[in-house]
Amino acid sequence: MIKVIDLYKSFNGRKVLQGINLEVEKGQILALIGGSGTGKSVILKLVIGLMKPDEGKILLDNQDISRLKGKSLKRLKERFGIVFQGGALFDSLTVFENVAFPLEEKTKMKASQIRNAVFHELARVGLTGEENKYPAQISGGMRKRVALARCLVMHPEIVLFDEPTTGLDPLTGKAVHNLIRACQKNLNFTAIIVTHEVPGIFSMVDRVAMLYDGKILAADTPEEIKGSKDPVIHQFIHAELEGPIVIK
Amino acid sequence: MNFIFIPFKIIGNSLHKFIRELGNMTCFLARSVFWMFFYPYLIQRIIKQVYFIGVKSTSVVVLTGSFTGMVLALQTYYALAKFGAETSLGPVVALSLIRELGPVISALMVTGCAGSALTAEIGIMRITEQIDALDAMALNPYKYLIIPNLLAGIISLPLLNAIFVVVGIFGGYAVGVGLMSISGGTYFGGIKDFVTMKDIIEGFYKSLSFGILITWIGCYKGYFTGYGAAGVSKATTQAVVLSSVMILVWDYFMTSLLVA
Repeated sequence: MIKVIDLYKSFNGRKVLQGINLEVEKGQILALIGGSGTGKSVILKLVIGLMKPDEGKILLDNQDISRLKGKSLKRLKERFGIVFQGGALFDSLTVFENVAFPLEEKTKMKASQIRNAVFHELARVGLTGEENKYPAQISGGMRKRVALARCLVMHPEIVLFDEPTTGLDPLTGKAVHNLIRACQKNLNFTAIIVTHEVPGIFSMVDRVAMLYDGKILAADTPEEIKGSKDPVIHQFIHAELEGPIVIK
Repeated sequence: MNFIFIPFKIIGNSLHKFIRELGNMTCFLARSVFWMFFYPYLIQRIIKQVYFIGVKSTSVVVLTGSFTGMVLALQTYYALAKFGAETSLGPVVALSLIRELGPVISALMVTGCAGSALTAEIGIMRITEQIDALDAMALNPYKYLIIPNLLAGIISLPLLNAIFVVVGIFGGYAVGVGLMSISGGTYFGGIKDFVTMKDIIEGFYKSLSFGILITWIGCYKGYFTGYGAAGVSKATTQAVVLSSVMILVWDYFMTSLLVA
């Protein structure tokens, strides 16, 4: 469904991505792992068209996302949903207004239909009764769930998650993971999850891709990645301080 | 020998940075104006921003307007008395307020009140990825954040200017008639005789252009803010300083143009 071919991206002369090749099948969940600052979030922003690559292609159903402009890019973005690292909720709007926002702006639904859709999504993520609170009044875990509800309310085909459990305690993090898996099973969307939660994430994804030194070092099933003899992957998964990865 | 070139290098770099920034700002304004003509028009957001920029700055404008009028009347009376022309107090106060002080001081007040808040709000939206979220929803951030503010600036500033001028004239009246014993008829009669529609229109043009200037700079600095809290704080300071300086610089050129 999504195919990334020889993707390059630099920022102020610093080469972040140096020839990324990656493939995600329809209905699959791919975990994108790797050290901090290696460009995982950049890949997500390139895939959804928020940034343009220096070189390379990002194909969605054989259409190159990086070449699209105007209405074609707009139509493509409508197929995506993204849950940002901090939730990126509009802080001047309540939980209800945040979830209703894309429906109000992008559809011609009546107020009563929007209300029903919002309550349905909030119930799905376990936030019934929290709709009148502002983002600043709810916990980090709840903010992530509101962001998920806002994303799912538009029924996207592909959902991108940028570190959905960062900053959460292990139990809340696991609850968020389970919620993502449950939603994916129900709605059958394709997902890319950028995460540092290894090996915790392995139980809920179909494939894992490891980003290192601007390239995809390996992309395989969680079992294969877990059993990999590659010293970089081994060091990263087992959080060993000694090894080829230099901690900066 | 390299040290000889250091000053040229510094000047060249600064000039290059300045021209690039000016180009970016012009493109930003051009993009905003372009998108202004396309659906959706988001009237409610424009009204909300008129409230934010206009209504919320009214109390400060009333306060500064009244004191500016009062001090202007005091100083002008002192100068006019030397020539025995105290009866001209009304038109001098009114013309100064309508042509110059009203547009400039009300714009500076709005810069302090709403311009800084505008930059901080948009800057925080940028660093917390709220602008990216809008973009990812295939919604144009210019339509939701920039254009309503630009239009609100265009609507609010002339109205605030009008309030400032009216309050200032009454401030001058309070001092001139109340303290300096000029008759009320002389004060307002002089204004009626000497203030023309051209003076009012020139003041209106000035405040209109300041409205664009304040919101343009405020939105631009917020939209392209640096990283973290320090980035937003720097952008806010830059927006206020640049807007204030540009108001005074633009005022000179505008006055030259209108007087000529």
